[in-house]
Amino acid sequence: MIGGNLSRRDIISTGLAGAGLLALGGCGGEGGKPRARRGGSIRAATLGLSNADTLDPAKGGTAGDYTRHFMLYNGLTMIEDDSLRPRPSLARTIESDDQITWRIDLQRGVRFHDGSELTSEDVVYSLLRHKDPLVASKMATVAEQFAEVRAEGRHGVIVRLTAANADLPTMLSQSHFLIVRNGQAAPDGNGTGPFKLEEFRPGVRTVGVRNEEYWIPGRPHLERVEVIGIPDEVSRVNALLSGDIQICNAVNPRSTRRVEADPNYAIMATPSALYTNLVMLQDQLPTGNPDFVQAVKLMIDRPLIKRALFRDYATIGNDQPIAPFQPYFNHDLPQTVLDLDKARWHVQRGGLSGVRMPVYASTAAEGSVDMASVLQEYGSKVGLNFAVNRVPADGYWSTHWMRHPMFFGNCNPRPTADLIFSLFFDSNAKWNESRWHNERFDRLLIEARGEGDEARRGELYGEMQRIVHDKCGVAIPVFINLLDGYDRRLKGLRPVPLGGFMGYRFAEYVWWED
Amino acid sequence: MAGSAPRRSTLGTIVPLIAKRVLSALVTLLLVSVVIFTISGLLPGDAAQEVLGQSATPEQVTALRHEMGLDRPAHIRYFTWLGGIVRGDPGMSYIADMSVGEMISSRLGNSMTLAGITALISVVLALVIGISSAINRGGKLDQVLNTVTLALVAMPEFLIATLGVFVFSVKLLWLPSIAMVSPEASWSDMLRSLALPILSLTFVVVAQMARMTRAAVADQLDRPYVEMAKLKGVPFSRIVLFHVMPNAVGPVVNAMALSLSYLLGGAIIIETIFNFPGLASLMVNAVTSRDMPLLQTCAMIFCGVYLAMVLIADTVAILANPRLRA
Repeated sequence: MIGGNLSRRDIISTGLAGAGLLALGGCGGEGGKPRARRGGSIRAATLGLSNADTLDPAKGGTAGDYTRHFMLYNGLTMIEDDSLRPRPSLARTIESDDQITWRIDLQRGVRFHDGSELTSEDVVYSLLRHKDPLVASKMATVAEQFAEVRAEGRHGVIVRLTAANADLPTMLSQSHFLIVRNGQAAPDGNGTGPFKLEEFRPGVRTVGVRNEEYWIPGRPHLERVEVIGIPDEVSRVNALLSGDIQICNAVNPRSTRRVEADPNYAIMATPSALYTNLVMLQDQLPTGNPDFVQAVKLMIDRPLIKRALFRDYATIGNDQPIAPFQPYFNHDLPQTVLDLDKARWHVQRGGLSGVRMPVYASTAAEGSVDMASVLQEYGSKVGLNFAVNRVPADGYWSTHWMRHPMFFGNCNPRPTADLIFSLFFDSNAKWNESRWHNERFDRLLIEARGEGDEARRGELYGEMQRIVHDKCGVAIPVFINLLDGYDRRLKGLRPVPLGGFMGYRFAEYVWWED
Repeated sequence: MAGSAPRRSTLGTIVPLIAKRVLSALVTLLLVSVVIFTISGLLPGDAAQEVLGQSATPEQVTALRHEMGLDRPAHIRYFTWLGGIVRGDPGMSYIADMSVGEMISSRLGNSMTLAGITALISVVLALVIGISSAINRGGKLDQVLNTVTLALVAMPEFLIATLGVFVFSVKLLWLPSIAMVSPEASWSDMLRSLALPILSLTFVVVAQMARMTRAAVADQLDRPYVEMAKLKGVPFSRIVLFHVMPNAVGPVVNAMALSLSYLLGGAIIIETIFNFPGLASLMVNAVTSRDMPLLQTCAMIFCGVYLAMVLIADTVAILANPRLRA
């Protein structure tokens, strides 16, 4: 019976060997890089699929959606390495003098899977549909910045923003802004991407086959990619170890040893700006008391959280949302460390001794229940009495998040500093989680958004990080790494700090090698 | 003459009984639908919010609610759905761009296959185990079977399933760890990928059915009529199959009906572990995404299957046992 399994793998490999020979002649140009082989079929498993799976990039909300969309469609720009700088994709160039009016020049001769040519009309349609409430775009708020999007000739597009924003190229690299065919109210997978849609069943699987006419020569390498969802983490890792899938995301830090014990499998850790944060509402007492906030920040044992909760697959955070490996990170900011004496001093100065505080935690915010327990432990040492209220993940965001004085939030990596600051820290933002208010911060946010000079921009973002670190009612203990497990025969993977699966774009880059 | 009179009276008792049961089943279904609708209405958030997620703007939520019809009062939504289901059209899913019927049909087939094969194996197995255990009461075989079935009853299915995956998939690499059901798969492929789910489910249900069979048969074996038959020289196998079984069949089919209806709707843990695209996980999915038409329809199916199973079990019991016909 073991033989039965081997033969299953052999079928894949013989197919590969044949295709590999053919491809060898074609891809010798990449200098020192390992040569990619053509061919092979893999199955990838994401965290979970559901009935809400969609082919519409604007509606994407899960890793499965993003992965599927990047297989089928292209964006105007793309991010493909850890520099997190946007590079041209369907847009040959994207430029602006004032960061308000942007001129996009499209690639020539790019074709959709149905054979029609990509024109500026497709781009205009794809961008403007985000403003239609019925499309239910996840980027509706971002799209409000588009004052005007119009075609200029067959291959030119002008985007005029409501205010200066130097980050437009980065924003357009997100999966939601991938380009669909003009007039498609419900996109059906007809994109310009590296794979053509063969089968799509919501909640079950997506199958893509190589787009032979892909406009980037030499890509993709794989013949066929199947994406399935396995919600249960143990099942996902088991499926990897038994050879049923070749790559999966969202591996629990506790499973990494199991995966690495087998020489045929490996873990790819992607440092990411994903964080679970403890929020203290600033418009309520005692959480709005600066001494309370300081005391809490001082009694978070960050190394313990990193080690015990995430098995060191995390980066220590400093109560501001920009991670050390991201652009504009402020290296001069002193790291807050566990200091119970100082915390006690703040508690006493604020007259907070013996205060009883419920903290709302849930598995919806990764690691928050354990973080709350750690906090409770240290709280009892400085005279604060925390009660951990563990609530169900189902409905957490609509019923508990931002509804109590003290709760945990969870924030996915965003591609730009501007997005994370404007979504969660701008005083007028809907999810100004801690309901803090800082005029200087708000002014800097707008200034930095429109600033074209990188050095000056870095200074502005640096100061904003300092303000959030010092004053905001948000504690960010660690940034959580994303863990993918993969079969070692899958080559070409590299971490892209936007998400697992190489920022969800692995299908276009990886190849299979026995 | 003697033969025909009771048969007519059998039909005479069975038909009104079934009619009455079907009627009460319909009332039960109606009540269940009301309860499900009410309780799911109490869940925080609605389908529009779930679809749009964290990043929803109020305008989007309002627009989507209107499109889904969630802005209509609850009772109107309920009766619209009820009217649809009576006509055989469960409506459109709120979440997926598909009709509920379409979504359920593919999953229902999968669940039926899994439940059907499991039922076939486990009913036969349970009868064999139960009867052989009962006729060897106190013997070695009985003790072994007793220990094994008791151990299986006590063992939670996720443990059995996880151990099965660990041994057969991860260590031995014999069977796939996930049940991939695709339309192009051949029967042998499908059986291979279903092997572990079927094994785990069989373990769970067979134990209960076997225990029940043993108890019922053992109880009958103590009766005077068995002794009488023995004294008359009837072969023992004939005593068991033709004298004892008809009397024992009532509780046995009831236990089977309960176990089998569990196979369809209660297999959620197995479906999760093996990533099996069945009906139970579809329903759980419907709850988390607040997809009411889908949730309601799944609930109706499960409830309907349950009631049908119990009805069949009762009918079989009555037909098999003349004393119950009176």
